[in-house]
Amino acid sequence: MHFEYQIEGGNFTRAGLASSEIKKMLKQLNVDLGIIKKTVVATYEGEVNIVAHAYSGTIYVDFDPEKVVILLEDEGPGIPDIDKAMTEGFSTASSTVREMGFGAGMGLPNMKKNADDLKISSEVEKGTTVQITMFLK
Amino acid sequence: MTIKEITEVLDARLLCGEEKADLEIEVAFASDLMSDVLTLIDDNVLLITGLTNTQVLRTAEMSDIQCIIFARNKVVSEDLIALARENEISIVSCRYSVFKTCGILYGAGVKAIF
Repeated sequence: MHFEYQIEGGNFTRAGLASSEIKKMLKQLNVDLGIIKKTVVATYEGEVNIVAHAYSGTIYVDFDPEKVVILLEDEGPGIPDIDKAMTEGFSTASSTVREMGFGAGMGLPNMKKNADDLKISSEVEKGTTVQITMFLK
Repeated sequence: MTIKEITEVLDARLLCGEEKADLEIEVAFASDLMSDVLTLIDDNVLLITGLTNTQVLRTAEMSDIQCIIFARNKVVSEDLIALARENEISIVSCRYSVFKTCGILYGAGVKAIF
């Protein structure tokens, strides 16, 4: 099964809507509740990152009985130093993002903690791609 | 403690989620930093916060949090309540500060996570 969700950069009112839809879908597919929580927490962190940093993005979800793969692709400034971005406490978030309760440099490390596998690639001034893999068995 | 008992001990108002009034809450976490809330692995956590925006509700939804206390009489918009209802999250509005709210609940036996 394949699903796609469009994400608008800067629109915090809608941030989380895609993750919410993904959570509902995983529940309908009877995925284990513990796996759902880890999946949607990681996805939501990624969705917030797109809204906070990118101009636009798309979340692609591929589901099969073995695994769920969530690909978050954005068009944005990209990440110049991924190792630095993965360091807890490092953040380039704006004050608006911080006022929403984010931007403490915890998002990417928390995605890594929740995902069974996390891959990040980025090109400066082009965008960032994050792939979250969750094994269902 | 149940959500109903929490509401009573805080002299607070339950804005939505009446159907969950008898739900037992054992642990609580107080934060305005949603990134911190998203790192919690415990289930059925009570969130105490002074922040009232959509992302608090989304964070609760993703973290399976079933009850949020908004401290210091924060204005809770109708949109926020609608989103809480949609996700079956109880919202409690309390006039006390986050500090006092935590103190009362801790004294009443609600446990801290860390």
